[in-house]
Amino acid sequence: MPNITLTRAPLLVALVLLVLFPLVGSTFYLQLGAKIMIMAIFALSLDLLVGHAGMVSLGHAAYFGVAAYALALISPKYEAANLWLTLPLAVGAAALAALIVGAFVVRTGGVYFIMATLAFAQMIYAVFHDTKIAGGSDGIYITVRPDLSVAGFKPLNLESPSEFYYLALILLAMVFWFLNQLLHAPFGRALAGIRMNEQRMRSIGYPVFAYKLAAFVLAGALAGLAGYLAACQFGFVNPDILAWHQSGIVLMMIILGGMGRLHGAVIGAFAYVFLQEVLSTPAVVGVYAKHWQLPMGALIVAIVLVLPHGIGGFFDIAVRRYRFRQSEDAKDQP
Amino acid sequence: MVLLIQILNAVQYGLLLFLLSSGLTLIFGIMGVINLAHGSFYMVGAYLAYWLARTTGSLWLALPLAVLIAFAIGLLLETAIFSRLYRRDHLYQVLLTFGLILIFEELRSIAFGDDVHGIAVPALLNFSIPLTDTLSYPVYRLFVTLVCLVIAGLMYFVIHKTRTGMRIRAGNSNREMAASLGVNMPLLFALVFASGVALAAFAGAIAAPISSVFPGMGSQILIICFVVVVIGGIGSINGALIASLAVGLADTLGKVIAAEYSAIAVYLVMAIILLWRPQGIANKA
Repeated sequence: MPNITLTRAPLLVALVLLVLFPLVGSTFYLQLGAKIMIMAIFALSLDLLVGHAGMVSLGHAAYFGVAAYALALISPKYEAANLWLTLPLAVGAAALAALIVGAFVVRTGGVYFIMATLAFAQMIYAVFHDTKIAGGSDGIYITVRPDLSVAGFKPLNLESPSEFYYLALILLAMVFWFLNQLLHAPFGRALAGIRMNEQRMRSIGYPVFAYKLAAFVLAGALAGLAGYLAACQFGFVNPDILAWHQSGIVLMMIILGGMGRLHGAVIGAFAYVFLQEVLSTPAVVGVYAKHWQLPMGALIVAIVLVLPHGIGGFFDIAVRRYRFRQSEDAKDQP
Repeated sequence: MVLLIQILNAVQYGLLLFLLSSGLTLIFGIMGVINLAHGSFYMVGAYLAYWLARTTGSLWLALPLAVLIAFAIGLLLETAIFSRLYRRDHLYQVLLTFGLILIFEELRSIAFGDDVHGIAVPALLNFSIPLTDTLSYPVYRLFVTLVCLVIAGLMYFVIHKTRTGMRIRAGNSNREMAASLGVNMPLLFALVFASGVALAAFAGAIAAPISSVFPGMGSQILIICFVVVVIGGIGSINGALIASLAVGLADTLGKVIAAEYSAIAVYLVMAIILLWRPQGIANKA
């Protein structure tokens, strides 16, 4: 299987580069790197749903936001929360929200699913925006980042940008590995079957609803993991993080990177955050930096019309052409 | 009396939602396109009315002009962009129309800034009908209700009593069959799409003196329209009418009973409908 080495080599190179990055990167770039990896976890969680289970959710930011709010609400005011306690609680809250919403929306399909996920996400948004339970539209602050010491031993100090970067990198690698295993396990194969032909999967006896609901809850929980990290990093949570623009942006990331490929979601997150940084830097685009969403919107429209398989798909096709030419050349050799 | 005022407001809001969601539901029913940018057309209508009313000095002139411009924008968008989306997956439709929202919002921001602008109610209708000693009802709201009713009636007439309407219904129930029977589908698509845009823009324009024009107004109303379409059933005009009025009532009465939770009340109605009839009230499963 020569293909495996070909696809794994870039992945390993990327991992090594990411591990070495804090040796050269300044604090600003370390924070940007951590932000990108958090978004990559978020994009991976949505790719499980959209790319592999064929369920186009337009409300995925809700679970990201629920976990972020959960951390903000259970953190003590002026001291560090315990990560080992708050992380499972926050991810559990996101999973629970996904379970409740999923019980309604997973019954629907196609365009109803898109609209219903969006509407339920807006309902969660309204809960945090309109009521006083979590500071309303002002949001709440998390003054101290969580602490992950066990019995006096502290493996990483999250207040340090480089150590927070490593936490994000470790979690990204773990999520990537976990999803890769899952998608090659029977569960992942069944999801692929449901994506391709739901009727047939049902008729050969698969509990399709349970599989789809499980995927929805798992995707919600992983989005919650990303939301927890985002809340740690920014130290501030307000309703904007679960607004539907966030759901649109993360969908944009997985399309940008090429849907249905795990590395695509990661590439997409990198590409999007990088683009956003470039387009909103006054030094690069001058007075139009304030209006960075205009070129971004135009780019989205152009990508859908011109590159239907995203940047990742574009490269995949290029690689396939290259390999094809190589094999043709090999045939020509006497 | 307070209740009467709230019910009048609810009907007015519900009918306004109907103007928007009828276009949304038809565009989906006939062309199979999920259009997130529909809220942007509402915003475009409102800002066009604001701009034209300021330059021409009359809302009466601004309203038809805004509708005409919106119709032209709709035709342009349909031929340049949407016509390439009909056979694509919903995912790409979502993404492309999401991109359009970003474009429209930023263009709005560049042209008009990010402040809230008010539009004066025309002098002719700028008075209130006294109901009791202390309560009165603004005539302009009654006017909006009336106009929406007239348009809803016109739509009913066009869709059920004219040949174009028959073609629209045919396309809505079976696209391929209608096309093979000789209906000019590309023309019909362009017509329905541009009419939907014009309706949304008209809703934005006529509501502007009540709601004023502000950034993000399109997204806010779009989500509510999605709720209406989910409740009413995709492609169903009748369902959209019933659902619009129901959502209008739930929202307005919710604000009276528990202001903080009124937005949530609307979504709860949707959740219950989804449990009871996942295909919407007007569609058969």
